[in-house]
Amino acid sequence: MEKFRYLPGVSTLELDVQACVGCGMCEIVCPHGVFLLENSKAKICDLDGCMECGACAKNCPTSAIRVTPGVGCANYIIQTWIKGKDAASCDSVECC
Amino acid sequence: MDKKVQNHEGCCTDDNLSGAYSGQQEIVIQPSMPAPVQDEVCCGAPPGPESNPFERPGYVLQRFVKDFVDTPVGPVPSIKTDLDRNDLFGKMAVRWGIHRDNYKVAPGLYCVGTPDQNAPVLVTANYKLTFDVFRKELGSIHAWILVLDTRGINVWCAAGKDLFSTTEVIQRVQLTGLAKIVRHRQLILPQLAATGVSAHRVKKASGFKVIWGPIRAKDINYFLKNDLNADDSMRRVTFAFRERLGLVPVELSHLVKPSLWVLLAIFLASGIGSHIFSVGVAWTRGLMATAAYAAGILAGALAAPALLPWIPVRSFALKGTITGFICGIGVILIFHAALQFWEVLALVFGTTAISSYLAMNFTGSTPFTSPSGVEKEMRKAIPLQALAVLIAAVSWIGSAFAK
Ligand code: SF4
Ligand code: SF4
Repeated sequence: MEKFRYLPGVSTLELDVQACVGCGMCEIVCPHGVFLLENSKAKICDLDGCMECGACAKNCPTSAIRVTPGVGCANYIIQTWIKGKDAASCDSVECC
Repeated sequence: MDKKVQNHEGCCTDDNLSGAYSGQQEIVIQPSMPAPVQDEVCCGAPPGPESNPFERPGYVLQRFVKDFVDTPVGPVPSIKTDLDRNDLFGKMAVRWGIHRDNYKVAPGLYCVGTPDQNAPVLVTANYKLTFDVFRKELGSIHAWILVLDTRGINVWCAAGKDLFSTTEVIQRVQLTGLAKIVRHRQLILPQLAATGVSAHRVKKASGFKVIWGPIRAKDINYFLKNDLNADDSMRRVTFAFRERLGLVPVELSHLVKPSLWVLLAIFLASGIGSHIFSVGVAWTRGLMATAAYAAGILAGALAAPALLPWIPVRSFALKGTITGFICGIGVILIFHAALQFWEVLALVFGTTAISSYLAMNFTGSTPFTSPSGVEKEMRKAIPLQALAVLIAAVSWIGSAFAK
């Protein structure tokens, strides 16, 4: 999705290449094509395309990927500021 | 006569209704005797059609169910793949925020066509809109459809909230007895559910392998024909003009309630002046301020989302600032004859701040904004937005004293 770019250099995504077994799952599940498989190892090829949805980390069988997942929703974040992380919920926000 | 007496005493016996109403005459009413056709019709219209044979006491037969197919675990509803007027009406209502939180179908197993033991199993959310969009694409397919209980929320958002989750998939597979219906051990899930579902955990706990299907329902036919392979483009989210515009009504519907307070505040602030408070002035000036407020909403909740990729900055708050400023200038051009400098300042700042804030809130509806990014721009934008509102309020009220 080249046309839509968000702020660069903010994603918390990290890959531990040592732990990667090259299953290719991260490449399949990422909705922004952030990963590419090269020589049976995953590689982050578009870090700024990452929206921190957490799909890759959740589906990596060897936990080689680390990312702080969350919803990129201003309304939700305001709630976490006011009420704290645990009390905030999307239910009263109705973002989606 | 013995019988009659018995009936009056033991009125609950249902084996013999005859004589229950008997007086002097011996009228015998059979339990299933139909009313004579030539009877007077009690009220106008002719009766509707007979009950559908699939109706059951205590259940509502859904309109999208065509019939039921027998399986080892009992009858499974086979669903229609075309939408009727009700579905379309429901969609319109939901788009405008009506019944939005309770538009769902019962979770469980459904099917399309005449699936057998080898037919694929497609998994989806129980938000009625998602379900409708999905079944519409399944006209030529024979498949089992496993609907999860995502509390009536779409795939993407339900996955983010851990409702379209690993545990829900595992539980629903067990509850429906899916393993007795199909011989294979594969589930096809929409790719956007990967945020909530861990494929290897599902496999471990249920024996079913998760295959990630395409993001959009319209690609499911291709995916099934192409040996369960999706092209790269089917694996990328899009956010086309139409998709963005589709979100505008819901955004607007959220603004109705807060707007009432804003309008009250505008009215009060507009009437204050050297004469303390004048309803007439509140009305004329309030109208201009209301126009500026409306322009801010238009700029932030309609123009910014619609023009999203073409506004050449990345921060959403800035995108809204740009559209808001332009709309603010528009408002000034309309009312310029009646405005003095401080009022111009107030209206432009107000419009821009509102637009910026609303555009920033649109981040929640996009499929590409990272939470780290949103938080970063909010930390910078919110103080500035608050400052702009303050400037707008002070110069608006202050200008009334300068008159
Ligand atoms: S967090 Fe989401 S967007 Fe980022 S790399 Fe992983 S799957 Fe892709
Ligand atoms: S999912 Fe994990 S193990 Fe598989 S390719 Fe990606 S990083 Fe490597």
